[in-house]
Amino acid sequence: MSDKRMTEAQVVAQLQDGMTLGIGGWGSRRKPMSLVRAIAASDLKDLTIVSYGGPDVGLLCKTGKIKRLIFAFVSLDSIALEPHFRAARQAGEIEITELDEGMFLQGLRAAGWGMPFLPTRAGLGSSVMTPELKTLICPYTGQEVVAVPALKLDAALIHMHRADIRGNAQYLNDDPYFDDLFAMAADRTYLSTERIGLDDTCSHRYLINRMMVTGVVEAPGGAWFTDCSPDYPRDEALQRRYAATAKDPDAWRAFAAEFLGAST
Amino acid sequence: MSITRGDYCVIACAEAFRGDGEIMASPMAPVPKLGVGLALRTFEPDLVCTDGVAHLVDVQGKREGWMPYAKVFENLWWGKRHVMMGASQIDQHGNQNISALGPAHKPKVQLRGVRGAPGNTIHHTTSYWVGHHSPRVFVPLVDRISGVGPCNGAHEIRVVVTNLGVFDLCGPKQTMRLQSLHPGATVDQVQERTGFTVFIPDQIGTTRAPTAAELEIIEKLDPEARIRGAIKA
Repeated sequence: MSDKRMTEAQVVAQLQDGMTLGIGGWGSRRKPMSLVRAIAASDLKDLTIVSYGGPDVGLLCKTGKIKRLIFAFVSLDSIALEPHFRAARQAGEIEITELDEGMFLQGLRAAGWGMPFLPTRAGLGSSVMTPELKTLICPYTGQEVVAVPALKLDAALIHMHRADIRGNAQYLNDDPYFDDLFAMAADRTYLSTERIGLDDTCSHRYLINRMMVTGVVEAPGGAWFTDCSPDYPRDEALQRRYAATAKDPDAWRAFAAEFLGAST
Repeated sequence: MSITRGDYCVIACAEAFRGDGEIMASPMAPVPKLGVGLALRTFEPDLVCTDGVAHLVDVQGKREGWMPYAKVFENLWWGKRHVMMGASQIDQHGNQNISALGPAHKPKVQLRGVRGAPGNTIHHTTSYWVGHHSPRVFVPLVDRISGVGPCNGAHEIRVVVTNLGVFDLCGPKQTMRLQSLHPGATVDQVQERTGFTVFIPDQIGTTRAPTAAELEIIEKLDPEARIRGAIKA
């Protein structure tokens, strides 16, 4: 029986420059922030990040890790606009592929299902239709649809409330988000968890099974200041402090020293 | 009791949902939420509403279903939804922008991203709420198209409600048309605060006043007019 426990540093050691990484959660909710912090503090570079974005994206923008971002939005929820992401975009520092939220979902599904693309009508007529995105004509009805390319991931990072050492894992909040789809879209999935030990009373919450998982990191508080209800809500004060560092280099240095263990 | 501009805005938002029946109503801002709350308690009792997190809730706030994001997408692709979104920009063709202002590779102002606006507008009924009618919002052409207008394949853009009046996309070549003015607002104000020429029909309606019973409901939903009070004429 395999024991997949590892540390954040061991996860980072298995990642490489230029990889495409998917990050689970949604906005500023149940993000695998201890893993994101470890990447932010590492030497990794030129990453393509695929995320329903929150502070994971902002932090990796601020620390210069992102070459390309595939996204539908980046938001801190209670703070509508993510200031570090905005700063990086307005400085022209990152390349983007902007997708509708549902197109993004179809791309993840395609990757998990071994399909080169999946069709959708979402996106037609809008600015997400850059030349890299193609449309098809339905052979039955003649209707035009978008062929959303598979969002294949080299690795996925997700945070779950409970897990065992083999990689079976549960969410205990009300929304699974798309963490299972991120896992199935990825060659390797690293999951952090609040606690090792499954909750037997929640049979319908087994979102992740061990076939999906390469490594398990026990990380109490691992979602950091993002929402991880019912274990803990978003730390709004800390999130406000994080957001305020976008306009104050000294505040950023203090924040990075305290939370990233680095003086970037 | 005098009826304020905010009250008329709530009525206009509520009226946007009239006739919708048993579909999911998704108001994305406080004033549209008041409008949906009023419609639900009066002429559209079958509307389906969420708690803003992952559950469907009835008029008393009691849970009646599960609606995590995965099911929201399926529901919206199904078409049984009417969303009332905000907008950083709307153009004369009813295209909306919440993504970014300026060039795509290096925007002058990065906003939150297109979110679900392209899919919403192509799959189901969409309305917009703009609390401050200004030429910065109503522009000739949006910088980026998030929500698509009728000429780009929208399912239905029902109305655009602002602090001045109610608009639709039934002008010439599916452009923006004044449908009704809130009492006190004028055609001149609309033209001054719009960055393109709004089509003004021969007959301009007046946004109806709330009834006494409706006003009582609105007061309960918005005690001391904390939400409505922020609406300027």
